[in-house]
Amino acid sequence: MSSDPTGAGVEARTTVILPGALRPLAGDRSTIVVEGEPRTVGALFASVRETHPAVWDRVFTEQGELRPHVNVFVGRDDIRWSGGLETPVSGGAEVTILPAVSGG
Amino acid sequence: MPKETVGSGARSGDVLLMVGTTKGAFLFTAAADRGSWRMDGPHFPGEEVYAMALDQRGGSPVLWAAPGNPFWGTTMRRSDDLGSSWSGKEERPVKFPEGSEFSLRRVWQIAPGPADDPDRIFLGVEPSCLFESRDGGDSFAPVRGFLEHEHREYWTPGNGGLCMHTIVQRPDDPDRILVAFSTGGVYVTTDGGESWAPSNRGVRAEFLPDKHPEFGQCVHKVVSHPDRPDRLFLQNHWGLYRSDDWAGSWEDIANGVPSDFGFAMAMHPRDPDTVYIVPLESDQFRCTPEAKLRVYRTTDAGASWEPLADGLPQQGAFETVLRDAMCTDGSEPAGVYFGTRSGSVYASADDGDSWSLVHDGLPPVVCVKAGVIA
Repeated sequence: MSSDPTGAGVEARTTVILPGALRPLAGDRSTIVVEGEPRTVGALFASVRETHPAVWDRVFTEQGELRPHVNVFVGRDDIRWSGGLETPVSGGAEVTILPAVSGG
Repeated sequence: MPKETVGSGARSGDVLLMVGTTKGAFLFTAAADRGSWRMDGPHFPGEEVYAMALDQRGGSPVLWAAPGNPFWGTTMRRSDDLGSSWSGKEERPVKFPEGSEFSLRRVWQIAPGPADDPDRIFLGVEPSCLFESRDGGDSFAPVRGFLEHEHREYWTPGNGGLCMHTIVQRPDDPDRILVAFSTGGVYVTTDGGESWAPSNRGVRAEFLPDKHPEFGQCVHKVVSHPDRPDRLFLQNHWGLYRSDDWAGSWEDIANGVPSDFGFAMAMHPRDPDTVYIVPLESDQFRCTPEAKLRVYRTTDAGASWEPLADGLPQQGAFETVLRDAMCTDGSEPAGVYFGTRSGSVYASADDGDSWSLVHDGLPPVVCVKAGVIA
């Protein structure tokens, strides 16, 4: 493993961990593995959109904005506080999608 | 987890009552006499259901619902077996075009289209727009003339959002459609949706310095009877109105009601002069006046209104009935139904003369639709 935060030249796959509600849209799998070297969260989800458009459709609005009550973490970091879709993704990273605590 | 639903079990001749709430949908079924109701649900537990419809144009009943998940967005679901199962596309079928600046927040109304064109379905959505399907609901597209309307930048959301809650079609001319939304008011098209004109003459806007603007009213509901399509009734954010020239002008008909503020309005299935409303005290206190839950009915097209209270709570009833939470069925005598924000559903099987509780303890009711299964 490299310490390069861009993941260049390192283990070239990223694991997207899905919440239970989205797993039926991914063949009942709990993860989506993205091969290659996505350098940012935005690039990662562009790949997810190609392979799993229905998953992307529930995480983002039709204008490509992260839904207001959905959180995405790179490792343990909420991307809302670390650069949004420009947040760097290291090779081998785990990216987790979770519903927010909001509700009533 | 909520119990598994088994479907309404409705059969031909039964009355199906569909109740959408902020946390799921419920189906109630009764025989033609509507003496007792059987509940099935929740369907879509945890999801808000502001819009449902029973569509029987294709020869067999289809139930439509637009469940909105608080996290993952709003989609469309249909049932071809009266609620035993629901199907829908994995990708949401109702979307604004990319680059349009708008994203779907909620579907407020599902309106089956012309009787002779079962593939055509309309949706009223938030932010305010009319969507249309021409393939039986497989796909929907925004009506461009409305999406790109020059007034759009001036429309502002009310407490419920910038919502298109009303779609009125003329049975004698499919190119003439009326929509209403909060806030913006009434708009009509006479060319199938290419162009839209505001039609609010006489409808006041208490919340604006100009009380009678061309548009910008906060209209809460408009109803019409297919046998008299030129006549419309309108429940406004302050104001009760009737139009006899298909929204060309509106006449105040708040004659004998405790308040002309309210949300819900329902048309009698056979009598074009009979309409039902549930007045609320004011915009500052949106509850039933005098803590009495009363439906008001006119049988003379708004010349007078009478309270209907038999069977409804008349003490300590601080209730709210929202804009799509009241309806009638096609029975004889007519069934009239409404649901409250406190989760109670009431039914009348005699044109509104008397009422009974169908169910209480539900989540806040936002949508009530009923029909007789053919």
